[in-house]
Amino acid sequence: MGQIETTPPRVAFAHVGKSFDGGRLKAVDDVSLQVGAGEFLAIVGGSGSGKTTLLRMANRLIDADAGEIRIEGQDVRAADPVALRRRIGYVFQSGALFPHMNIAANIGVTPKLLGQPAAEIASRVDELLDLVRLDRAQYRGRFPHELSGGQRQRVGVARALAARPSIVLMDEPFGALDPLTRDALGDDYRALHNRLGLTTVMITHDMTEAILLADRIAVMRGGRLLAQGTAAQLTHSEDAYVGELLRTPRRQGERLKLLLPQGKTA
Amino acid sequence: MSLLSDPRWSEALAHLPDYLGNHVRVSVTALALGLLASLPLAIAARNRPLLRAPLLGFASIVQTVPGLALLALFYPLLLALASVSVSWFGFGFSAFGFLPAVLALALYSMLPVLRNTITGLNGVDPTIVEAAQGVGMTELQSLVTVELPLALPVMMAGIRTAAVWVIGTATLSTPIGQTSLGNYIFAGLQTQNWVFVLFGCLAAALLALIVDQLLAAIEVGLRMRSRARAMLGGAGIAALLAATLIPTLARAPSSYIVGAKTFTEQYVLAALMAQRLDANGLTASTREGLGSNVIYQALLNGDIDLYVDYSGTLWVNQFHRSDTRPRQALLGELQTALAAQGVTLLGELGFENAYALVMPKKRAEMLGIHSISDLAAHAPKMSIAADYEFFSRPEWAGIRDTYGLAFRAQRQMQPDFMYAAVASGEVDVIAGYTSDGLIAKYDLAVLDDNRHAIPPYDAIVLVTPKRAGDQALRAALQPLLGRIDISIMREANLRAAGGGSASSPDAVARWIWQKIGGQ
Repeated sequence: MGQIETTPPRVAFAHVGKSFDGGRLKAVDDVSLQVGAGEFLAIVGGSGSGKTTLLRMANRLIDADAGEIRIEGQDVRAADPVALRRRIGYVFQSGALFPHMNIAANIGVTPKLLGQPAAEIASRVDELLDLVRLDRAQYRGRFPHELSGGQRQRVGVARALAARPSIVLMDEPFGALDPLTRDALGDDYRALHNRLGLTTVMITHDMTEAILLADRIAVMRGGRLLAQGTAAQLTHSEDAYVGELLRTPRRQGERLKLLLPQGKTA
Repeated sequence: MSLLSDPRWSEALAHLPDYLGNHVRVSVTALALGLLASLPLAIAARNRPLLRAPLLGFASIVQTVPGLALLALFYPLLLALASVSVSWFGFGFSAFGFLPAVLALALYSMLPVLRNTITGLNGVDPTIVEAAQGVGMTELQSLVTVELPLALPVMMAGIRTAAVWVIGTATLSTPIGQTSLGNYIFAGLQTQNWVFVLFGCLAAALLALIVDQLLAAIEVGLRMRSRARAMLGGAGIAALLAATLIPTLARAPSSYIVGAKTFTEQYVLAALMAQRLDANGLTASTREGLGSNVIYQALLNGDIDLYVDYSGTLWVNQFHRSDTRPRQALLGELQTALAAQGVTLLGELGFENAYALVMPKKRAEMLGIHSISDLAAHAPKMSIAADYEFFSRPEWAGIRDTYGLAFRAQRQMQPDFMYAAVASGEVDVIAGYTSDGLIAKYDLAVLDDNRHAIPPYDAIVLVTPKRAGDQALRAALQPLLGRIDISIMREANLRAAGGGSASSPDAVARWIWQKIGGQ
């Protein structure tokens, strides 16, 4: 905790609110949350909890109605939304790659928008393919429909990192993948996060994934922030929903331990 | 004679560079204009339901207007605009031919392009659009590099539909003075030259098919990111344009344009005058199938240089006279009235083509009908047929009121079919033309206009104001004036309506020239 208080937060939400349908639906209600430099924060919640809305307000895909959002100390309302998005990496659910562009063009899209020279972009694309562990020569010229779901999401991660952002926002990035791919990709990303010194905010509905990948977890429900802290800190939460969320992985873990005798899994 | 060795095929083929070139020119311009208007409108309207609904509604209404009517509507509209432009800005433009055709066809092309562009853009996966925003694209960058490319297959389908419609409908631009493949169809229909009709239909269909396939190649190329395919389609379109446009552009622009109305005699006389001009070293071409009112305006504006009209028609239609005069007095007054508008009455050809009420000779004798007065008593039990304009012409009102005619039924018909219709008893009386050769062929009787309700209709050559002092033109046409009597014209009309291989307007015109002693 001490570390977060001494360095200024990379992403800071202060009393943020957002309503839809002319105020009838409060998607996000008075949420305050800070993400420190180098931190990996997971926001956990069910559908309709407001977690995706909160994430999108950070790079102004959605504008907040109330409160203040600061990225690296700057109020996002004062920033040009297009420039803001170009310096924040964003990984979409199931990749959302551009189907009419090949992998190299998909990865290089933000550098190209920033006006970087083509040769520089090409070498950056290769570097990123290495980083997300896809063979350069094999994948560079392919189209998204020729890739598996896991490969597509690797490209999605590479695209988000292309313009060397220090902050990456991820919207349920591994949700649609099979468990094996999901696990491998999650670990790979966490390694990248550490290696590149990124600040990551990841949305997920899966508490197990959040516990395994994130430094800190925020729990949302009905637009409100119920709790935040490390997994260990969350176990002390008084909130029944938070307790319920934590019980599930623990119970699964215990049952798995009983069902899978040690030593025979490897 | 076998079908393929019919000389009319080669005659049709000789017209192809001119007709096809003009057809392509008007279609391509209209389509380009239509796209230029539709694409931005569709992009602007796609997320604005308040704009989208009226836009698509308007385009749908345009689509329900019959093509011919839409084209015809643009002529008076542009004529009014041109006169406003003259009085406000001091310059006018031609309301004839190319411009109204292009505008009407462009309007016609809009619905499929609008609808498919809106559908295509709205059909793009919203998560992809959001991703475009998320990676830092501006709205315009997202539209150009993501949304439009993804909507392209649907948009191209709309463009292909529009192209086929425009090419098909462009055949209807002939009556408003734009040469097109429709010239074959209209001329063929008037002169019962089925070879021409067939040739025109085939040529238009083939052109539409080729353009559609080339656009399809471009579409597939774009969708499959195959530059080679897209280029191939593009090259095909470019080659088609070059092949059809270069011959028309390279051709010396004909200095004289001879107009013709919508019936056989007019086609023959226009061909005859064009032949005379050509023979005298003055290049000439013909604009056929023009409506009675369109053609006089076209002459006044200088869009055509000369044509044959009939004294009574001008007297009643252009100068709105309801009285009649003896023949020479009427011609004299007409000459003065025309001169006041700058139009030269070059002279009379020598025959009269009056409206006349016509019925089978046998039936007329049986009923004791010799004059229109005799007919009046039988009229309530009878039906009458006439061409498309007769019943709205003042002459009809004159005849009807003078004799108190009230028929059981009135029908409108293609002029060439009505003689057969009256001969077969399908209608009882027709309003025919005195110079028509079919009167003799079907053994019909012309009823006497005993109360002189029908004005005289001498065939006269009119010349546009800007050619008033053109001596070469006068010299070229002089040999025709006063030389074509009613028997020659009747025979010529009969030949032209014959449907045989020697029935084309050009062939009949050559026959007239021989008959009146030309070389």
